[in-house]
Amino acid sequence: MVSEATDVQAPSFKREMLATLPSLRAFAVSLTGKHDKADDLVQDTVMKAWAKQTSFEMGTNIKAWLFTILRNEFYSQMRKRGREVQDSDGAFTERLSVHPPQYGAMDMIDFKAALSKLPDDQREAVILIGASGFSYEDAAAICNCAVGTMKSRVSRARIRLQDLLKVSGEADYGPDAVSTQVTTQTLSIGQGR
Amino acid sequence: MVKDKPVSQQQRARVQAGPSDDGLGPNTDIGSRLRALYGSVQDEGVPDQLLDLLEKLDSAEAAQKSNTGAQNGQ
Repeated sequence: MVSEATDVQAPSFKREMLATLPSLRAFAVSLTGKHDKADDLVQDTVMKAWAKQTSFEMGTNIKAWLFTILRNEFYSQMRKRGREVQDSDGAFTERLSVHPPQYGAMDMIDFKAALSKLPDDQREAVILIGASGFSYEDAAAICNCAVGTMKSRVSRARIRLQDLLKVSGEADYGPDAVSTQVTTQTLSIGQGR
Repeated sequence: MVKDKPVSQQQRARVQAGPSDDGLGPNTDIGSRLRALYGSVQDEGVPDQLLDLLEKLDSAEAAQKSNTGAQNGQ
């Protein structure tokens, strides 16, 4: 029997999903480090989510639900394929097609380099809380960990980032800004192999 | 696995700051750089292939439903 409620919910489920895709995709880029792999991952996630949409209750947080599916999918693919999926060292290592206007190119290169030095769990935590806009409770549910664990990951990530950025901000390892920029780019390309 | 936790649905805001005491709030350097980076990917828009996929899933489901409905209908 086809329930009436499903018929009413279906278009709305699609709409909700559409609204979440840009953020879901940004999270996928932060996990895979590469746009093509991120798009494949989002595609797999959309198909999984669509197949199990009856297990989603409208009115609950579809964004957290989709992020959970995407993250589970990412780690299960990583386990299956080994390092190949994760070669990139994660975290926006590719050149951005839309540059944030409020920051200089150097700022963002430094920041991406610092972000890529974080352990995976800390980088994921700081992105979910700081950029995706999740509460600690939602982020903990997405990562299947305790709220306290999430808080401590974020706090350690923040301290580490502040540390790294202060060091690179002093520019005491390169003769000038241009060569520093080249070095950092080479590094992130190297990591991308 | 996936938790169907009832959470209030106000994640609409594209970019929302975390709690102010975690050093990632709107006026922090790290928080705003994180959001700038993330936002730059969000602003790229959604690739057509993904939009096409959603449309296909949706119309496949609609077709299946009308089939089932025709079979069930007396």
